[in-house]
Amino acid sequence: MTWIKVCALDDIVPNSGVCAKINEQQVAVFREAESDQIYAIGNYDPFSDANVLSRGLMAQLDDQVTVASPMYKQHFNLQTGQCLEDETVSIPVYKTQVIDNMVVLEAK
Amino acid sequence: MSLATTISTTKVVVVGNGMVGHQFIESLLASENTDQFEIHTFSEEPRLAYDRVHLSEYFVNRNADDLSLADPQSYATAGVKVYLHDRVESIDRGAKTVTSTKGLTVSYDKLVLATGSYPFVPPITGNDRQNCFVYRTIEDLEDITQAATSGAKKGVVIGGGLLGLEAAKALKDLGLETHVVEFAPRLMAVQVDDDGGALLKKKIEELGVSVHLSKATNCITDGEASIHKLEFADGTELETDLVLFSAGIRPQDALARDSELDVGPRGGIMINDHCQTSDKDVYAIGECALWQERIFGLVAPGYAMAKTAVAHLVGNEVPFSGADMSTKLKLMGVDVASIGDAHAATPGAQCYTYKNDPNGVYKKLVVSPDGKHVIGAVLVGDAEEYGTLLQYCLNSIALPASPESLILPSMGEDVGGLGVDALPETAQICSCHDVSKGDISASVKSGCCSVGDVKSDTKAGTGCGGCVPLMTSVVNHELEALGVEVNRDICEHFPYTRQEIYHLIRVEGIKTFSEMLEKYGQGQGCEICKPAIGSILASCWNEYVLKDQHVGLQDTNDAYLGNIQKDGTYSVVPRVAGGEITPEKLIILGEVARDFNLYTKITGGQRVDLFGARLHQLPDIWRRLVAAGFETGQAYGKSVRTVKSCVGSTWCRYGVDDSVGLAIDIENRYKGVRAPHKIKFAVSGCTRECAEAQSKDFGVIATENGWNLYVCGNGGMKPRHGDLFATDLDRETLIQYIDRLMMFYIRTADRLQRTSVWMENMEGGLDYLREVIIDDSLGIVNELEKEMLLNIENYQCEWATTIEDPEKLKRFSHFINSPDSDENLVYVSERGQPRPATVDERAHLIAKAG
Repeated sequence: MTWIKVCALDDIVPNSGVCAKINEQQVAVFREAESDQIYAIGNYDPFSDANVLSRGLMAQLDDQVTVASPMYKQHFNLQTGQCLEDETVSIPVYKTQVIDNMVVLEAK
Repeated sequence: MSLATTISTTKVVVVGNGMVGHQFIESLLASENTDQFEIHTFSEEPRLAYDRVHLSEYFVNRNADDLSLADPQSYATAGVKVYLHDRVESIDRGAKTVTSTKGLTVSYDKLVLATGSYPFVPPITGNDRQNCFVYRTIEDLEDITQAATSGAKKGVVIGGGLLGLEAAKALKDLGLETHVVEFAPRLMAVQVDDDGGALLKKKIEELGVSVHLSKATNCITDGEASIHKLEFADGTELETDLVLFSAGIRPQDALARDSELDVGPRGGIMINDHCQTSDKDVYAIGECALWQERIFGLVAPGYAMAKTAVAHLVGNEVPFSGADMSTKLKLMGVDVASIGDAHAATPGAQCYTYKNDPNGVYKKLVVSPDGKHVIGAVLVGDAEEYGTLLQYCLNSIALPASPESLILPSMGEDVGGLGVDALPETAQICSCHDVSKGDISASVKSGCCSVGDVKSDTKAGTGCGGCVPLMTSVVNHELEALGVEVNRDICEHFPYTRQEIYHLIRVEGIKTFSEMLEKYGQGQGCEICKPAIGSILASCWNEYVLKDQHVGLQDTNDAYLGNIQKDGTYSVVPRVAGGEITPEKLIILGEVARDFNLYTKITGGQRVDLFGARLHQLPDIWRRLVAAGFETGQAYGKSVRTVKSCVGSTWCRYGVDDSVGLAIDIENRYKGVRAPHKIKFAVSGCTRECAEAQSKDFGVIATENGWNLYVCGNGGMKPRHGDLFATDLDRETLIQYIDRLMMFYIRTADRLQRTSVWMENMEGGLDYLREVIIDDSLGIVNELEKEMLLNIENYQCEWATTIEDPEKLKRFSHFINSPDSDENLVYVSERGQPRPATVDERAHLIAKAG
């Protein structure tokens, strides 16, 4: 497995997301507040056909950590990529680490 | 094979398109067998049915459309044939035809007389002199206005009944010195008793209207200082320039008389329980009809008759069985209500009375001889108990142990207004549209979940509006009964309503989402509570929304200070206050749009919208705009948007005041204020209303004497005409009211609730809002003003702040680790401008490029 450095942890404001480019793929990277846990999923929103998920709001629903698409508000689980509103839809997820305050992602 | 069957239709001709005639047509159209009827209607007036109950509002709005109930378009769509400004002169019952003034002869199978009534003018000498009027139609009102504005200084209303007092208010509002002359020894002799009448007189005189009781007018002759002189039987006199007769109504039964239908000895077309006249093919409904020797001069019984006649026509039976004549109204700001046997005329009836002179309140409760039931009531000065007492009376609900508790002021304990539970299913909640508790219950069961929904579904509460508080309790009760937990918690993370959260943040001075979560919430938050709390924090403290602690709360539009479009790019809308822009600035907008290849469109709010800006372009675009003196238009926020204006008195030959100047001042005062939803304003320089202010959250219209303020209007999905909140305001008062109104909206609305829906759901409605904002009934207006001031003082242009902060600018790039832009964005040219490619176009273009 190849890991790629994307940015400093502090480049991501807690509770928000950014978009990274890895091997020509767009990846939405989120930073949870308090825990500083990093999540990464595909940036492409299949419902709106646009690369926008990094700009969605992080939302906790029951015990799931999700992002709500900024377009039509569907939720995607940040750990599994599963869409909560439509079980036939899921998007890629990427493994993440924080090393020396740098955000590192799995390259697929 | 039944294809060849011809459906025989019944031709129904409705004579008179007043409120009741119109209601009849609407009910017939709504009936199941509507396609079996061919409907024709004659209107003597030049317009279709309008709301005569609220006629005096015409003096305020000067807009007949506001009052209209029927519109030609929907009649046409429904196939109703309309003959406007044409009066039926005769009926040939043998041939079954009617003939009109214009010479038209129309045949009928069934004829419906809804000819209404005409104002009674006492037979006194001089009653036909100039400036002698009645009060019935929009044309009457126009004549009165004309007289009042061409020199009349004094006006007298003859008749101190309900309509007479309405008319007196109108004269007062027209600026006349106003007098009411009443033959009886008290005002509203039919509805209230001596004590109630005395209080009413006192209150009305305090408002500057002189009341003369026990006066029989002998004649009207030439005056000395004024045009007329009224001479009374007791030898006294009163001079006046204008006389308005409001001495009761008489049924308009001439047509029936001429065609030899049975009429009562004192007028009125005699009808049976099905509203049929002495000719079974002719019905009579409304104020022209006489049922069991009674004429019903209110709209609700007329509607009930319409329903009866329609039912009979389609083969059902809903016999008319009389109607309750209870009434509640606000006369010149004074609440007056009368229920049932107001005069305790029933033998053995007993009374409870409560009188409070300092506060100007009088209440009388009339109970049955056995003391078990309410049979009547009079309320003056405070009619809050009307709904409860009426239900007690109509449904013979057993009285509590101390019936007086029903009219005594509450001493801190709940003396038990009538629980909704106690009402039977048949209890009539809305008397204007005859909607029962059972109807409302059915409406809720069929999926209506709010007062607003139930209103549109059942029409309840859309007549006089008096039943809305009771109706609200019924709706909530039904929802709860259905197990719909009326849970108003904002989301799973905060067990509070938006209003409660607002209160906590404001009172405890909470400045961040994490502080709020720690103190009152649980978990991490979601896309519901984050923007809601972000918005409340902004409304309270107005800090920069992209501060680190706030940025994660913002929806994408606020987070990137632009409006996201379908392809993920943003649109850019600089503020153009009041829609006024210099040529130089317009050129800059054009240059920026051209240089960044942005699709350009003029918005409905009189601004320019530039579409297709990519994330990384936004700072460069705004650097250019800010340098040229532009500010953010905050089109992305749930916040104050635009103040639209017409060009006003500066240029317009009709303009009464400087609408552009006021619009710019308003926009600059409130720019940047965040609220539960977006807020739009408009200012019109005269009543032609070119700025469409009545469709805005706050609309201002210039008058000869200042500014009229309309509130809670809306265009969009569910248009709503704004309510006239206050009239003839000076600029300072206008701004003061808007300050208070906006903060009260921000304080009490639900998340994402526009002012229109906020108003629809407000218990007490417009009157309540006036009490809070104008009379300061809650004692909060100083706070509201201070809170608004804090907002105004902390204004900043969010883009000017952002372009100066390199840390913030990092977020404005598509990739955090690459300068590339999103390759998914593909544009084609259309009408000389770029637009996003369709899916097919994009596939084609990408393939070609590859």
